[in-house]
Amino acid sequence: MNKTTALLTAGALGLTCSGTLMAADDYITLASTTSTENSGLFDAIIPTFTEKTGIEVHVVAVGTGQAFEIARRGDADSLLVHDTAGEEQFVADGYATERLDVMYNDFVIVGPSSDPAGISDSETVIDAMQHIAESESPFASRGDDSGTNRAELRLWEDAGVTPQGEWYRELGSGMGPTLNTAAGMDAYAMTDRATWVAFDNPQDLTLLFEGDEALFNQYGSLLLSAERHPHLKHDLAAQWHEWLVSEQGQQAIADFEVDGQQLFFPNAE
Amino acid sequence: MLTSDNAFGTALALILTMDSALISIVMLSLQVSLTAVMAASLIALPLGAALALWRFPGHNAVIVALNALMGLPPVVAGLCVYLLLSRAGPLGEWGLLFTPTAMVVAQVILVLPIIAALTRQQVEALYGEYAEQLNSLGLTRLRMIPTLLWDARFGLITVILAGFGRASAEVGAVMIVGGNIDGVTRVMTTSIVLETSKGNLPMALGLGIILLALVTLINAIAHMIGETAKRRLG
Amino acid sequence: MNAHHTPPVATLELDNVGFVHRGNTLLKPTTLRLSGCQRTLIMGPNGAGKSLLMRLAHGLLTPTSGTVRWQGDQPAQAMVFQRPVLLRRSALDNLTYVLAISKVAPPELKALPRKAQAMSALEKFGLAHLAKRPARVLSGGEQQRLALARAWLLNPQVLFLDEPTSALDPAAIKAVEDAVLEFHHRGTRIIMTTHDLHQARRLADDVLFLHNNELLEHTPARHFFTAPTSREAGAFIRGELVW
Repeated sequence: MNKTTALLTAGALGLTCSGTLMAADDYITLASTTSTENSGLFDAIIPTFTEKTGIEVHVVAVGTGQAFEIARRGDADSLLVHDTAGEEQFVADGYATERLDVMYNDFVIVGPSSDPAGISDSETVIDAMQHIAESESPFASRGDDSGTNRAELRLWEDAGVTPQGEWYRELGSGMGPTLNTAAGMDAYAMTDRATWVAFDNPQDLTLLFEGDEALFNQYGSLLLSAERHPHLKHDLAAQWHEWLVSEQGQQAIADFEVDGQQLFFPNAE
Repeated sequence: MLTSDNAFGTALALILTMDSALISIVMLSLQVSLTAVMAASLIALPLGAALALWRFPGHNAVIVALNALMGLPPVVAGLCVYLLLSRAGPLGEWGLLFTPTAMVVAQVILVLPIIAALTRQQVEALYGEYAEQLNSLGLTRLRMIPTLLWDARFGLITVILAGFGRASAEVGAVMIVGGNIDGVTRVMTTSIVLETSKGNLPMALGLGIILLALVTLINAIAHMIGETAKRRLG
Repeated sequence: MNAHHTPPVATLELDNVGFVHRGNTLLKPTTLRLSGCQRTLIMGPNGAGKSLLMRLAHGLLTPTSGTVRWQGDQPAQAMVFQRPVLLRRSALDNLTYVLAISKVAPPELKALPRKAQAMSALEKFGLAHLAKRPARVLSGGEQQRLALARAWLLNPQVLFLDEPTSALDPAAIKAVEDAVLEFHHRGTRIIMTTHDLHQARRLADDVLFLHNNELLEHTPARHFFTAPTSREAGAFIRGELVW
């Protein structure tokens, strides 16, 4: 290779790489959960917010535990998760100044169409969980400290069951892979409705139980403390936080549908 | 049921329709990995050459460390860079977390040991052959570095491609420090993880096929450049 | 007799120079003095220490005992090896390379741009038509001549050659020997090892004979081939195996 070719290649590479280092100016970083991102909600409502305020929202979607950690470290400007107890603790610890109800979605229980534990007739979700435990039917749990996982564990606790044994499979996985595994194992699983609706590969899995209020999954938006982390884009984040509970934000959430089904139900005060 | 023709079909459809989201993801993947490889090479090529030319106390330890770091798990590298760049960390002031720059930094850490360790090997072999003549010509070891690197260029192309392969294939590091933000830090590998987590396996595999095709293309180009140059110049 | 374009060559002195490596004595303490613009051939059986002596004299190795000294200013030196080491580039570029790194070009060429200097050296050694050829695809003889052309551009006062023709065919040998004479004609001192008696007879002004890692004699050529002082040298000349 002669010198000219070398210089041209270097120049081309340099131009390509320079793109890497540019960044947008007016944006906030929102830490949220994978299940929320995967549902497609953000793709639907964020453009409306950006149009109104000119602020872009960069969503970092991770497990609930990691989302809290990111916010604790000051790496995100805003936080939207579904773990009310954790959120209230977060405010109590001084990392956030305010927590507001935004919306809820619900969990459903899916399982093999043969329904060996007979939960489709259950009156309450606690009933259903007890049936599964008693019959020792295979149950696929996310086992990843996510909001979904924490909700599932709370239900077992309320049912008076310590979930362990060969029938209870802790996967340490996201919602999609967990459903895939459940389908492969003909196991029960608890999933948020949004992921279930979008899930492409159900095999023999069917929706067997839904509707119990205990399965409602409350989302909260947290306004992070400017005192704890002065560098945060507090003003921009406040605009997002207020927009979520505003009429326009709540309407945008309600308008979001997948396969004709509304997945999130706005319930701000 | 996952069938492979779903994946190929998906891949083909994406490419043919020139899906704009796909294009920006591909561009970002190339930008991040190519930048990382270039930056790493700038440091690692002379470093590898220096290790081949100089002996000093601890020389063997450095070589062992470099060789070991070739196997550094990407997710560990990502975690370390995250802790460095996090606002709560020492370099938090720079505000680099969740940007492509952070991804480049993490990949440089992954790629540098490979390029340095393999460069050392190539240069050492060449130095064994050239040392006496270059000494006779009056060259200092420092001055020998560019000469040896240039003479080793054909072998070094493969070394750099190995580094590029590692960078473009990894997901652990860029996921943690980039955050897989749609339109900002989402690359091919993190997209594949995302689609998998959604249970959208044909799409995930389709993206995987595209990624593989891209990397193969780049390798083919590099190989052709090398072969043409070799033929012209022995 | 010899055209002196350059100032008189410095004298090389080895004072009890020895070399021990991992307990093995590869060269016993040696004292010798080389002055003037001679063609000195170093001879002896394989493993006697000829190449080692050259490398010590040229400064490629440091003796483990004794000192290597040049009386007067350290002269410009160059060395040509048994197997030429050429860079992965064209013949011409191999020459422009040394011009770029060293600042000492032959005075008659100094005024020219580097490429012209290099071409002139190629012409001198009959390689002009190979200028653009990759150096590594040249034949053994051509490569050796290229190495000599490279040495030429360093304008050395002393030229070391380590068995430069042992791998070459007769035509190439002649070309290399002619090149060596070119150097000498210009005023460069020649120090060369060889195992070829005929070559030594052709070229030597004086002979250093080594055997068993020891310098046994330093004799003017006209005496060495007819009446060497050491028994081993006599056996060597007669073609008897000498250990």
